[in-house]
Amino acid sequence: MPLLTVTDLRTWFHTRNGVYRAVDGISFSVERGETLGIVGESGSGKSVTCYSIMGLVPTPPGRIESGTAMFDGVDLLHCTPKQARAIRGKRVAMIFQDPMTSLNPYLRISEQLIEPLLIHEKISRRDALARALAMLEEVGINDAAKRIHLYPHEFSGGMRQRVMIAMALITKPELLIADEPTTALDVTVQAQILELIKKMQRELGMAVIFITHDLGVVSGLCDRVQVMYAGRIVETADTRTLFYSPKHPYTRALQRSIPSMQTKGTELFTIPGMPPDLSKPLVGCSFAPRCEFVTERCQVEKPELAPVSASHDQACLRVQAGEL
Amino acid sequence: MDDIILQLNDVSTHFPIHSGFVRKRHVGTVKAVDGVTLAVRRGEVLGLVGESGCGKSTLARTIMQLVPTTGGTVVLNGKNLSECSATEMLAVRRGMQMVFQDPYASLNPRMTVYATLAEPLLVHGVCPPAEVPARVANLMKTVGLAPRFMQKYPHEFSGGQRQRIAIARALALEPKIIIADEPVSALDVSIQAQILNLLAQLCRKMNLSLIFIAHDLSVVKHISDRVAVMYLGKIIELGPALDVIDRPRHPYTRALVSAIPTPNPDVERTRQRIVLAGDPPSPINPPAGCAFHPRCPYAEEKCKLAVPPLVADGPTREVACVRLGEI
Repeated sequence: MPLLTVTDLRTWFHTRNGVYRAVDGISFSVERGETLGIVGESGSGKSVTCYSIMGLVPTPPGRIESGTAMFDGVDLLHCTPKQARAIRGKRVAMIFQDPMTSLNPYLRISEQLIEPLLIHEKISRRDALARALAMLEEVGINDAAKRIHLYPHEFSGGMRQRVMIAMALITKPELLIADEPTTALDVTVQAQILELIKKMQRELGMAVIFITHDLGVVSGLCDRVQVMYAGRIVETADTRTLFYSPKHPYTRALQRSIPSMQTKGTELFTIPGMPPDLSKPLVGCSFAPRCEFVTERCQVEKPELAPVSASHDQACLRVQAGEL
Repeated sequence: MDDIILQLNDVSTHFPIHSGFVRKRHVGTVKAVDGVTLAVRRGEVLGLVGESGCGKSTLARTIMQLVPTTGGTVVLNGKNLSECSATEMLAVRRGMQMVFQDPYASLNPRMTVYATLAEPLLVHGVCPPAEVPARVANLMKTVGLAPRFMQKYPHEFSGGQRQRIAIARALALEPKIIIADEPVSALDVSIQAQILNLLAQLCRKMNLSLIFIAHDLSVVKHISDRVAVMYLGKIIELGPALDVIDRPRHPYTRALVSAIPTPNPDVERTRQRIVLAGDPPSPINPPAGCAFHPRCPYAEEKCKLAVPPLVADGPTREVACVRLGEI
């Protein structure tokens, strides 16, 4: 049985300018110990998906219109607050993109690190501090005994992200959701953080949902990847299949537009146009206006995810009809 | 070959650090740019890479004379910029323009596209006022925007379109050189490619020189003719883009190249990655000798003694490492 099963999740934002269908009917699951990558451009709904699971969608304007998220037998979207509190922050943890805004600048690192332990476990302050210290050393912070009493502003960006990871992992979660954890960091620091996440995953045997827009990061880290576009999943497959035989025109176009995949000096392949405005109801395939293989059928019929092979699903009408 | 448009000779930009409220004391110096010598040819695209805090943006601002130069000279088109008077500077500035990272912050939200693009034309008196609307329309066409959007405000455009407006504004004065400071890092992959194509195409068509600052090596490799790698205020490796990125010589460049994740699962899973320990050191207290030695896997005693100079390595490349021949 999968650790987390999300079924038909719809998260809409009701604003003065209309209803933004940020996430519009997505279903996926994560197995224990697996790393799932969620890839997409900004506004494709990848972060909102995870915020919905964690109960972090600001309500209003956000509203979860439909769907379930079953985590080990409990529906995270419809359970009581008490049930949710026992899971969120303990068995499911999250790390965010910007470690400066997600750490509390007024509290010492030590206070922030032991907070999840004091809330979720019957543990004395002294024992909690000892565990926090061990965790800081685990994530590779030198001189942790001294640094644990510092404030976030005294740490560099990479170190703050390590603190965030330590804080998320201190309760030994079964699922870690990482929302673009390395986007704000330099490549050399990014390499350190990715190695750290891999190492911690091996040690704790946890599942990871890794959200990113960087296909390069996904290729080395994830077992399975799902590509999102305009609030829907357009393709999902294991990493090798997705990179070596992508089916959906969007995945293919995305891959072709990465500079490192193309010969130098040639014109880069680009996807024309822009992602659609999610506040207007979309008829047909949401990628149709930018797709090079578009037909009349694409503009009227909404494609659904359908299997290509055992672990490979995609949502393109023409691929499904065998035309591409 | 020797058509050099911009020449930097031993340029340094240091910022003093003061402490104390009533009586300010000088407590240290940030050597943001420290002894950079560099030449950019006409029509050349020079990529400038390095981690955050290495001084790439300060170097750009130094060239633009937006921050005072502490030492050395910046020579644009044969004119030494530090000796220019204010009126001369106005004329010089026409020759160099800048595109910034964040198109959400670098455009005035209260100015329409027309006002944004007409302003440099009017300030510098490039053309008679009657011709301004036609010029603006032309500029918009050059960067791939329809002139009918002239009366719109920046918030009505997407990130990629805003960056096009910023590029049009830089082009308005027909500069010889454009400095683009991380122009695509705030954009999505599919939009990134559009802006890169536009910049490359403009450089070719208008014989424009471009200093392209980025931290993404794959982007730099694609667009640049030559690449300069900076570490803690100094250039540590310089050479043709393909050579530097495919066959890096300096240990830091090697680590930087190996840290880029490639979108290729088989390669990604088998290759050896050099993971550097620690963060870049502080430019207030740089390590003695080679600034990279505390993180360098090849560091020796002699690396701590003297700052390695940038020396020629073959006809086209320059590297600053004392152990170059040994590693």
